[in-house]
Amino acid sequence: MSANAPAHERRVRKQPNRVTLWFAAAEGARAAVVSIRAHGFRSFLTALGIVIGVASVIAMVSIIQGLSFTIGEQFQGLGSNSVTVQSYTSLEHALQGRRSRLTQDDFDLIRFRVDGLESITPIMYIANGQSAVRYGSQTTVSQVLGTTYAFQNVGQYFAAQGRFLSDSDNDTRRRVAVIGEKVRDELSLPRDPLGEFILINGEWLKIIGLLEPKGEIFGQSQDNRVMIPYSTMASLEGNQSEPDIQVQLTMRDLGDLENIRATITRLLRAAHNLGKKDEDDFRVQTAAQLQDTFQSILNTVTVVMAGIVSISLLVGGIGIMNIMLVSVTERTREIGICKAIGAKRHHILLQFLLEALVLCLLGGLVGLGIGYGIGALAAALIPNFPAAHTPWWAVALALGFSVVVGVVFGLLPAVKAANLDPITSLRYE
Amino acid sequence: MPVIELSQISKHYEMGQQLIKAVDNLDLTIDYNEYVVFIGSSGSGKSTLMNIIGCLDTPTSGRYVLAERDVSGMSENELADIRNQEIGFIFQSFNLLPRASALRNVMQPLIYRGLSLGERRDEAERVLARVGLADRGDHLPNQLSGGQRQRVAIARALVTNPSILLADEPTGNLDSQTSIEILALFDELHADGQTIIVVTHEPDVAQHGERVVRLKDGRVVEDRPNER
Repeated sequence: MSANAPAHERRVRKQPNRVTLWFAAAEGARAAVVSIRAHGFRSFLTALGIVIGVASVIAMVSIIQGLSFTIGEQFQGLGSNSVTVQSYTSLEHALQGRRSRLTQDDFDLIRFRVDGLESITPIMYIANGQSAVRYGSQTTVSQVLGTTYAFQNVGQYFAAQGRFLSDSDNDTRRRVAVIGEKVRDELSLPRDPLGEFILINGEWLKIIGLLEPKGEIFGQSQDNRVMIPYSTMASLEGNQSEPDIQVQLTMRDLGDLENIRATITRLLRAAHNLGKKDEDDFRVQTAAQLQDTFQSILNTVTVVMAGIVSISLLVGGIGIMNIMLVSVTERTREIGICKAIGAKRHHILLQFLLEALVLCLLGGLVGLGIGYGIGALAAALIPNFPAAHTPWWAVALALGFSVVVGVVFGLLPAVKAANLDPITSLRYE
Repeated sequence: MPVIELSQISKHYEMGQQLIKAVDNLDLTIDYNEYVVFIGSSGSGKSTLMNIIGCLDTPTSGRYVLAERDVSGMSENELADIRNQEIGFIFQSFNLLPRASALRNVMQPLIYRGLSLGERRDEAERVLARVGLADRGDHLPNQLSGGQRQRVAIARALVTNPSILLADEPTGNLDSQTSIEILALFDELHADGQTIIVVTHEPDVAQHGERVVRLKDGRVVEDRPNER
């Protein structure tokens, strides 16, 4: 310090300017970290609510998104120009014991009277869809369905070995079957199962083809299937019975969808003698629609989960506010000191707000890591479950929410601190 | 040239039905480079007067001009600026920030000035060296002795180059040997041209001032140069 110059002449003349706030913020952030570290365990407990909240959001979202991601991929394999017509029994009718059915006549109606179809095939499921299949001493339960050559196109099923069902198989009610890989493995059939015979419903069927593996949806194997000619299935069921069938078709032009849907609806309503006020007893659905339905279910689940989980963030926020209020009281004297040496209200406000913010953000980051880990672990542990997928928006949302919680719940304590009277707080013991 | 001009300053509190006149119609002028000691018993109004001079408190009525600026009607934030630029506080209980090192404590007032980290550090190191603590910058307050803490507090008060150094019972928490050292430091600073105001009730401390102002019931009852 230079001697002899009067104090008022050698004063640092630097006036507060725009960068003041920036330096104060940097210093506040540093002080926040120091203070959080000084109360390590307390800070950890305080942020635990945020950690748990964010971890559950991320874990939940990543699992659900992983699921929806896979479903999207699988539906794409179905082909977007394929349409399914199936019977629909309303709850009211089901309670009255009435069951809606689609019959062979309905199929013929659609097949001959609807324009713009590329291919069409009936599908008949055995009794309840599942049936025992026997080979030698081995028995397994598979989905058995009767269909025609066209199903190859409609359902995107192709033979890896041998051939798919042909029209002549259907015309002559041949006792033949195309099986999925899982069926082969379950029955301990040879690697090349062609020519072997399996027993279904008391009928011996010759294996003529092995399907390409399709993988799984929701842990349900798509390869545990046996397909036999439609007419063979009809005779297995007994030619007198009129079982409920499904109709699958593909359109030549996707633009025809609404036309085709309207025509089918009109034809079937007339055939089923439905009055003007009666509900449709069938459904016409596209693969895209099915996918949309699944997606919207998953989205709803996501939103509901996010809602539930944000309550835990709210609780975490209240914890933060509580501890910040305690912290303000504890540091009343420090606040008084800072005010005495020139801190303005916004400096104090900023410091406490930053502390709450840093606390929440740290909690959010830790929660992000844990949630990511839980999601990946859960997806890995559940058999046949698709890999977890954490979308960037979930990360942004979780961190954004942490910041919002920090600001919202840090504000009240920070305002309380900023409003303290310097003289009283300097005297505070 | 006056640094402080108090005219007709009053500070009245209402306590229930009773009106308390902590400071009552007080006139006082202090020049640059003066070393003034306020002395008085408890309840004499010296703390209230110090708070008003230190711009921590505002008078109920009267006019207060500090370093050519009328601070009587200033807002809270304007007063914070004045405290930062014109006043260096020294307290009886040191009032250091407990989790900040000595150096950080001294740097603290400069944050509110918009000085960069480097500038802040340079200034703080210079002033710490001035009070004889150049090698203690990274110590936390609880790692320092009472005398060293008060030196840090003095460095913090000096780092802004204030118009006045305002010390409230600066030796109240110190043993006699350390008190002598601190008061010697005040003498040095005064010799360097620093305006110093000390509030005390100890006659020994009052001995160091050039001018003694005795307060009683919120009024000046004695204002005399000190014969040293």
